[in-house]
Amino acid sequence: MDIQNVIREQVTNNSVVLYMKGTPQFPMCGFSATAVQILKNLGVTDLFSVNVLENEDIRNGIKEYANWPTIPQLYIKGEFVGGCDIMREMYENGELKTMLGEAGVK
Amino acid sequence: MTVIDEIRDRLAVLNPLSIEIEDDSALHAGHAGAKGGGGHYRMTMVSDAFIGKNTVARHRLIYGALGELMRTRIHALAIRALTAEEANTQPTRKEL
Repeated sequence: MDIQNVIREQVTNNSVVLYMKGTPQFPMCGFSATAVQILKNLGVTDLFSVNVLENEDIRNGIKEYANWPTIPQLYIKGEFVGGCDIMREMYENGELKTMLGEAGVK
Repeated sequence: MTVIDEIRDRLAVLNPLSIEIEDDSALHAGHAGAKGGGGHYRMTMVSDAFIGKNTVARHRLIYGALGELMRTRIHALAIRALTAEEANTQPTRKEL
């Protein structure tokens, strides 16, 4: 399957998807670590995370998919939300919590 | 030209009122994600090109202007993108 279709399936079949470097237990980059911490703080337990360091096709494909050059990338219900800075901003102003609530994420 | 100069140069098209860029590369030297060799930067940019745009759209404007720099000399760029009005009303941010 084409990598863009693989990504589309991942983000639509899972409520909250984080493309990151490393894993939630062992993030390999400070920005990915922050992204995971924010989701933890918001009580997200049902997180589908993808370690892009293990898959070069996804690592490159995800940048094209969202037309976004950096990792981490957060998706909620198939929609691209943003990277680390945007997650931080939306966490601080409450938008991310609202968005997760509306998506029915636990 | 240093990367920071080049960033400033390319972002000129967005008519910035101010750009502050810090080089955080030393903090990340040697970590697994930085193998590609690009630098880590942190930037606060004020421009009225951001008026009426959400954060994703603002970051995309910046990434668009930086072009292939994002794939070559820049490994990571932390961005705060503010309009002049926002810069005056929210000078500080809470750390996570």
